[in-house]
Amino acid sequence: MSKILEGLKYSESHEWVKVDGNTAYIGVSDFAQKEMGDITYVDMPEEGDDVMAGEEFGALESVKASSELISPVSGTVLAVNSELEDAPEKVNEDAYGAWIIKVAMSNEGELDALMDAAGYKALIGE
Amino acid sequence: MSDSIITTELQKTCLYDAHLALNAKMSPFAGFMMPIQYDTITVEHLAVREKVGMFDVSHMGEIFVKGPQAEAFINHIFTNEIRGFEPGKVLYGMMCYPDGGVVDDLLVYREYLADHFLLVVNAANIAKDFAWIQEQAKGFDCVLDNASDRIGQIAVQGPEAEKTVIEVLGYKEAADLGFYTFCDVEYNGERLILSRTGYTGEDGFELYTTPENIVEIWDRLLKAGVQPCGLGCRDTLRFEAGLPLYGDELSPEISPVMAGLGMFCKYDKDFIGKEALLEQKAGNVAKKLVGIEIEDKAIPRAGYPVELEDGREVGVVTTGYHSISLDKSICFALVDKEFSALDTPLWIRIRKKVFPGKVVKKRFYQTNYKK
Repeated sequence: MSKILEGLKYSESHEWVKVDGNTAYIGVSDFAQKEMGDITYVDMPEEGDDVMAGEEFGALESVKASSELISPVSGTVLAVNSELEDAPEKVNEDAYGAWIIKVAMSNEGELDALMDAAGYKALIGE
Repeated sequence: MSDSIITTELQKTCLYDAHLALNAKMSPFAGFMMPIQYDTITVEHLAVREKVGMFDVSHMGEIFVKGPQAEAFINHIFTNEIRGFEPGKVLYGMMCYPDGGVVDDLLVYREYLADHFLLVVNAANIAKDFAWIQEQAKGFDCVLDNASDRIGQIAVQGPEAEKTVIEVLGYKEAADLGFYTFCDVEYNGERLILSRTGYTGEDGFELYTTPENIVEIWDRLLKAGVQPCGLGCRDTLRFEAGLPLYGDELSPEISPVMAGLGMFCKYDKDFIGKEALLEQKAGNVAKKLVGIEIEDKAIPRAGYPVELEDGREVGVVTTGYHSISLDKSICFALVDKEFSALDTPLWIRIRKKVFPGKVVKKRFYQTNYKK
């Protein structure tokens, strides 16, 4: 059983969003990290880059596969979690603690298109 | 049954139930439902590099060839030279089309019985290979037997492989086998081919016997603590050791000369594809397979473009990983010949970014074969 945190928003491509005012922290769900297996590299954008809802902003790499990261919201990258550069395994260890990027949202209305915990639980069907 | 019927149903090896019992992550490969991993790929990879691991390779194909002209026939379709090589020896090489493209890469075993040979081919190519071999065998006095469904195979690989085969299975003969040799032993009164071969860059053995025996042997090795290993680490291991995978580094479009495997082609005899390969060898070849190392942790994957500094595309990645044993991002790539020399700077496009790298030797990892 994968862990799903209440109070977060979830996308169909398994990213989570934690909203703090106009700021969105974005990571991947526990389900996603389990599916990937041991994550060996996190490809992240740079501070100041723009991200678009529904578009790729980076990737997770395991030994065998790479998986695109899709931004659930549009905005500007305020920070990337540089800790993941040397310790990508933190995504496996604590998927909800290991945020990947922090975004200043340009359209908070986009959050309405995302799922809550119950909706995401139904999506992954566990 | 007709060969023209296309079936999408996946085959199972004799160890299918054993994989499910171990909760393996299963995936289709070469028409078979195969285990990708039981633990993490890293754990399994390191077990083989440091101790011992075992693989279900029962999906591989076995074709027996016998008869007065078996040797002449195999030498006609095989790039390597089998005349003069003794019973008990194993030889690697390819079967090529007349244009030099590769039908398959394979092992040829010269059996202890005169005029008897065993060909071990890739799972994905069994039907294609057997049809090709049958077609070419016309006019040769030899008998072909595709025994792929009657033979299972386990690979026991790693520095402790010899100890394992001797102590767990009781085959003291293992100690006397050199790399790329085999002997015949028995298991439950049935023949077992004990072969000192493998696809990992480590010392090891491949055991061929009946499916029933394979199931029992797997179970004994498992109880003795041998790490079960899936196709995931089989690929990371063979890649580090510079070994090609048919479909990625060899294909109807990628010849042995392009892949840098010319040493397995012997031109002082006739074989199908020889003329084309000789021409390629003389310089008439557009692409070469190289190793590339990049200075980043980003991972070059199959299909990613290889570029020059100005963005001109000069090749494509065929296999790539962040190497587990070397902690480097490396790949095989097929590139325009003029950029294939060692140390040539090349760039790899990984999603939106471009990473600088250089051409390095394809054998990334120092192999540890038994002399």
